[in-house]
Formats: sequence, C-alpha cells, structure tokens
Amino acid sequence: MAIKERRIIYKHVDEDGYSNDIDCYLKNGGYEVLKKAVQAKPEDLRQEVLNSGLRGRGGAGFPTGMKWKFLDFKSGKPIYLVCNADESEPGTYKDRQLIYQDPHQLIEGMMISAFAIGAKQAFIYVRGEFVNGARILEAAIEEARAKNFLGEDILGSGYSCDLLVHRGAGAYICGEETGLIESLEGKRGYPRIKPPYFPAALGLYMCPTIVNNVETLCQVKHVIDMGGEEFAKIGIKGDSGTHIWGVSGHVKNPGYYEIEAGSATFGDLLHDLCGGPLDGRQFKALIPGGSSTKILRWGETFKVKHPNDGEEYEWTVEDIPLDAVSIGLCGTFLGTGGSIVMDDSTDMLEALANLNAFYAHESCGQCTPCREGSLWLNKVSTRMTSGLGREEDVPLLKDIADQVAGRTICAHGEAVAWPVQSAVPKFQDEYLDKIKKQANGDRYNPEGFPLI
Amino acid sequence: MDLKPETLEKIDKLIPRYPQKRSATLPLLHIIQEEKGYLSKESVEWIAEKLEIQPIQVWEVVTFYPMYRREPIGKVHVKVCRTLSCALVGAYKTCEKLEQALNCKRGETSEDGKFTIEFVECIADCGYGPVVQVDDKLYEKVTPDGKADELIEKLKRIAEGEDVDSDTSGERSPAFMG
Repeated sequence: MAIKERRIIYKHVDEDGYSNDIDCYLKNGGYEVLKKAVQAKPEDLRQEVLNSGLRGRGGAGFPTGMKWKFLDFKSGKPIYLVCNADESEPGTYKDRQLIYQDPHQLIEGMMISAFAIGAKQAFIYVRGEFVNGARILEAAIEEARAKNFLGEDILGSGYSCDLLVHRGAGAYICGEETGLIESLEGKRGYPRIKPPYFPAALGLYMCPTIVNNVETLCQVKHVIDMGGEEFAKIGIKGDSGTHIWGVSGHVKNPGYYEIEAGSATFGDLLHDLCGGPLDGRQFKALIPGGSSTKILRWGETFKVKHPNDGEEYEWTVEDIPLDAVSIGLCGTFLGTGGSIVMDDSTDMLEALANLNAFYAHESCGQCTPCREGSLWLNKVSTRMTSGLGREEDVPLLKDIADQVAGRTICAHGEAVAWPVQSAVPKFQDEYLDKIKKQANGDRYNPEGFPLI
Repeated sequence: MDLKPETLEKIDKLIPRYPQKRSATLPLLHIIQEEKGYLSKESVEWIAEKLEIQPIQVWEVVTFYPMYRREPIGKVHVKVCRTLSCALVGAYKTCEKLEQALNCKRGETSEDGKFTIEFVECIADCGYGPVVQVDDKLYEKVTPDGKADELIEKLKRIAEGEDVDSDTSGERSPAFMG
C-alpha cells in the first residue's frame, strides 16, 4: 500500500514561507471558523464535537464530546478551559510543532472550545522547557487580543474570555490532568483522587474545568469547520480524524507524520515514510504511542477479530493498522502516537532500565505502591544491567510491577507497570542470556549505544 | 528584596490575571530565578508575602519541581536529554563527552564556575535526538561523533560571553527551538 500523509492540523507545519505570526495565519484563512462559531449556539457546537467522535489526543483517547458533556453547567461556578501543553510523555513531540509553528491554530481551537463550554477564563499549561514556545504563545495571544479574537466581547458576540500562558517546571506528573490543575493552583503536582475530583465537576479552584490536549483543541477547530458528521467520515468507526505519528529511535528518517486513522499500517509508516531500519539492521521492538504504552516485539503475531467488520485477522507488528481500535486489539495503545523504534543493536534490558529510571524520577510520591515500586524497579533493573543480575530478578521485576498497577491515585501507577509487565514476558530469554554472559565478564550487545 | 523595576512591574501585572493569587507561585519562581540565578530563602519569603501565603507553601513547590534550584549554577546551563529516544541514538556517550571536555560531572558545576551539566528527562524533541538544551537554546542531533565536538566549541564560546546562535529566525535554529 502506498502510504500518504493527510495533513489537516499539520497543514502548515514545515511549510515554506509559513510563519507563526497572525498575518500569515489570517492570509491562510485563519480565525474564519471562530467567526462562524461565535454566531452559533454553544450547545450546537458541543453536539458537533460529540458527533465527530473525536478522541482526546493526549494519550488516554477519551472521547472529547463526552468529556464536555460531563461538565457541570448548573453549579453556578465559573467554568475553566485548560490546554494541556505539558507534552512530557517520552517519545512524544507532536504538540511542540503546533506550539512553535502554528500557535494561532491552537488559540483559535481554544477560543472555539471556550465559547462552546462557556469558559470565562482559559489557560495554556505549557511545559517549562518550552521557553521560546511560551514566548511564541504569549506573543500570539497579544496579536489575537489586538484583533479581538480573545479578551472582552469577542468579535462583538458579547462573549468574553481571557487566555493565559502558565509554564510548568519540569515535572512529568503535571501532564496528568488533576496534577496539572494542582500545579496551576500554585501547588505541587499531586494528582487528585477520582471520585470525587473529576475536573468536569470539581476542577480548577473546585470549579468545573475541561482539560484538553493541544492537538485535541486544534482538531476541534476542524470539527467545527467541516461539521461533526463530515469529520467522523475521516478515519474509521471508533477512531475518527487523523493522528500525528512522531517516530524516534532506530529508523532512517525519524519525524512526524499526520495520517488518517486506519489508512495505513506500522509497516507502511516505518518503511515508506521513515525509510526503514538503519543500514544492516533489523527492527526488533516498538513502543507504539509514548513510553508508557505496552511494547511490541517483531516476530509476535496477533490474532484478532475486528469489531468494525467482524473479520478475523492475523497480524504481525508491521500489519497493525494505525488506529486506536486496531492497536487496542493487539494489547497495547495508540497513546500519543509517539513511536519509539528499537533495532537489533538494542540491549532490551538496558532499554527497560532506561524507562524504569524515568518513572522512578517522575513518581510524585503520594502513593506508596508507585513511589516505592518505581524506585525498586529502577534499582533492580539498574543493578541487573551493571553485571550483578540474578536469574530470579527477571520474575521479580514482573512481580513488583504487578503490585503497582491499579493501586494508585492516578495512571502513573500503570505507566510504571506497563513497560515492565509487557516487556518481561516478551524479552525474558534475552534478559536471562544477558545475565549469563555478564557473569562470564562479556558485554552484551556491544554494537548498540549504552542506554543506562 | 532587590529586584529590577521591570521585573517588579511584570510581577504586579501578572498576579491579577489569575483568579487566585496563589496560582502565581510557579511563574513568580521562574521570573525571580531568571533574574537572581537561583531561589534563596529571601526570594521564597518575598514571594510568600507577595501572594499572601506561608513560606512553606512556596518551599514545597521549589522542592518538587526539577527546574527550580536553591543554589547558583554555572554560567552556562547544559541539559542533556537522558530518556530512551535520545539514549538509543547516543545520549549517554554525548553526555560523557561533554563531561570530559568541560571538566564537569553531570549534576555538578565545573570548578571554574563556567558550566553546569544536568542529565535530564525527556524534553519532547524525540525525533531529533540526542538533544541538548543550553540555557534557552535547543541543539538537536548532537550525536557523540562530530556534532558533540562542534557543540563543545560553541559552549566554550558562550562561556566567554560570546553571542552564539541567538538568532530565532531560520528553520529549526537552536534559539527558535529553545
């Protein structure tokens, strides 16, 4: 199959001569959808988003229209809209391109969304490391304010909403929506327990709040532009629209590619767009959608029955279609679309140790299973890679991970556990082989770069 | 506390934009750290008073977030990404090379006070690894071969006060990507 990109929200990313100022955006038809939207009824806009079947692009894939439907409109308290621009899931770098290259698309998407949910104030929570990104957003907001696309009485509609950029300070956990809200309140990014603290009812300042990812809010602009039903025709049933695949690791052309959901496979993406493996190498493993998603191994096959057509398929990793439904059938997740590719030069135990070190560093420390479990996993796997591995460490890793997942306030517990729970059964032969070779004083897989 | 008038003005304009004062804790810490280089007891107490909260409420934020620091750092702040995508293409080797060339261990400041090296977690530029953030510039594809050597030369020039790569225009320039 010839794979083709379908650029909707990345239409102007890396386009020659396209700049991130408002004049360029307006020249390309910018803010026309907002003009249309503020003439509509907010509930009609929300219905369009629900009809579109749009799923959140921050990793969890929750239907956006449904999230908005849960909003408590009757509380009498102010409603807030927060854009999650924390982009901290390893392997993910899709929102960066939108923030840096096309900030007005995000602002337009946000103001349409804010109008649709009746938000009185909106925030962009941007990760602290995007120093220039925050400056670009602030400049863009002032440009949009000068043209009355945000602020007081937007485009004469009587609706007012301000937008403020809030920088984080390097904590992964602030990408979790309730951790993000705490951080926005000026506190440590400790996620809140749900129930009762569902943001749609008790969010920022205990007021109804919607937190949506950058890409999601950009997609909303296109949903309103083309109408929910038209948008739902893009992609497949259960996963509409396009996904941005940010590929990193061992491929010839790493990069970001916007692809209609279900229109191509991982094989098409990795071979045709990314140029295939490096010379003389073969693919070995793939983390499909950000480091927390479960790893896939070349050589394994997936027997699935697809709910959309009722057909049975037997897929290899490269046959899996690029949509949330199909990927879900293979026991992992589309997540953020941040695909990390590893070839046969990779020491899989070191790769796991690398991720364990990440999650140990990023656990917020509230829940004992996650705080202690992530540290143990890190200690055990680091020890195993430094030549002191024992055979019994392999099941020990799995055992620790099994006791973290499902026992924490937020999904960081799953993020800690999933890489281990998925990798240990798939790569334990390699781990055991490495342990044996290291005991003989040999370095395992000397061709790859050290990962820990 | 001694702050530049423009910094004070910035702070006074920012606080009322938040529905609740305490929300301004993170931005105020950023602004003051930028001016002073780090967050002292005096700075923390000043912020607490400004936002009408207790100093401990500011301290708990300072100690939670990796980007806030309680001690001064070197003249040039070098952050090498450690996480998987960058590691797969050589980040550990790149970091080692920088440590040797700058005579500075990760997590520390060189004796001459010129460099601080940190080995940080993912900075969201995974397809262009290994990435190295230098103050507010982002250098991409700093592989342990020639690209790391090029960066080392630039870092030495930056430490001498030279203006390097500060132009924000141009495709994927370090100052733009920062």
